[in-house]
Amino acid sequence: MSTLHTVNKSPFEKNSLADCLGYAKEGSAVLMYEDGVYGAMKGNAVAEKVAAASGVKFYALGPDLKARGISEEKLAEGIEVVDYAGFVNLAVENDKVSAWV
Amino acid sequence: MSETIKKFMYLNRRAPYGTIYAWESLEVVLIGAAFDQDVSLAFIGDGVYQLLEGQDTSESGMKNFSTTYKALGDYDVTKLYVEKESLEERGLTLDDLMPLTWEDEDDDWAEKDSIRLVSRDELADVLDDQDIVYSF
Amino acid sequence: MKFAIQVNEGPYQHQATDSAYQFAKAALDAGHEIMRVFFYHDGVNNGTNLTTPPQDDRNIVNRWSELGKAHDLDLVVCVAAAQRRGIVDEGEMQRNGKDAQNIADGFRISGLGQLIEAGIQSERLVVFGD
Repeated sequence: MSTLHTVNKSPFEKNSLADCLGYAKEGSAVLMYEDGVYGAMKGNAVAEKVAAASGVKFYALGPDLKARGISEEKLAEGIEVVDYAGFVNLAVENDKVSAWV
Repeated sequence: MSETIKKFMYLNRRAPYGTIYAWESLEVVLIGAAFDQDVSLAFIGDGVYQLLEGQDTSESGMKNFSTTYKALGDYDVTKLYVEKESLEERGLTLDDLMPLTWEDEDDDWAEKDSIRLVSRDELADVLDDQDIVYSF
Repeated sequence: MKFAIQVNEGPYQHQATDSAYQFAKAALDAGHEIMRVFFYHDGVNNGTNLTTPPQDDRNIVNRWSELGKAHDLDLVVCVAAAQRRGIVDEGEMQRNGKDAQNIADGFRISGLGQLIEAGIQSERLVVFGD
C-alpha cells in the first residue's frame, strides 16, 4: 500500500515530521503543509533527515509556502510544490492518508 | 452493522490530561467497536504515556479515564501496538504500563495480552497494512 | 473518489479548518464527492452561528455553510464534543434544558457513529488537526 503522509507542524515546534519519517516507507509520499512547510527549507537542522529518506517523495503546499514568504529557491532539493488540487491528487493516487498532526 | 470490513488504525501520539485528544480518541474507539471492523490502536511518542499504570486524578479535578483502556478487551479491541523506541526514550518498560488483556473465546477464553510491544519498523509495516488511519 | 474529512480544531485558533475547507473545495472542483465533513474535538466550534469575525477577514463558519449548501454537504458536529463545548441545536436545547441554540446553517449535530460510518463508506479519510 502507498500512503500519503501529511505533516502540518514545524519540525522545530513538534516532532511530527521526525515521527512521520520513521514511518514513511519506500514508495510513500510526504506532504508538508501549514507550518509543516518549514520542514521543506534547505539548510536547516532537519534537511539532512529529509534528504536521507530514500524512496519517499516530498511535497510542499504552495499556498502555505507563499503565505510564509518562503520562495521556491529556499526549498531543499527534490521537494515538489503542489497546490490544493495537487494535494487532492496525492490523496487519490495513494491508497490512504495518514495525518501526523 | 456493515458488510465491509476495513483495517482501522487509531493513531495516538499525545499524553493524557494535558489535552483532551487521548480521551476523545478513546470515545471514538468505543463507539467504533460496535461496527465490527478490524481495529488496531498505535501508541507512539507521548501516546505511550496514556497506558501508564497508576494514574490518579483525585487532586487534579479531572476525570480519570485510564480504566477505560482496561475495558477495551471486552469491546473486542485487542490490538494495542506500543512502540518500543518511544518507551525507551522515556525510560519506560512494559512493566510501567497497565496490564491490558482480553479473553479469547476461540481459545477456551484464555486471557491474552492486548499490548503488543513492537519496534518502529514493525509498527511501520502494521501501519502500511491499514485501510484507514484516524489521527487525533 | 469518495472523500470523508475530519476537522479536529476550531476556527481561527488553528489553520486546520482553513486547510480542510480549501481541500474540500479543490476536491469538489475536481469532481470528487465528499460524503461527510465531521467536526470533532474543538472542531465543533466551526458550527456556531455566533461568530462575528472582522469584516476584512474570512468568515470561516459562513464559508462552510455556503460550501455545504452549494454542494449539499453533510456537515456533522459530534454531539459529545458539542455538549462539552456548548454547540447546541433545537434537540439538544430541549434535551439538556438550555435556553438557546447556536448551530450554524447547514450543520447538524450527531453521534460518533457518523465518523466511523464515514470511514467505512468513503474511499479516503483526510484528517485536519493540530
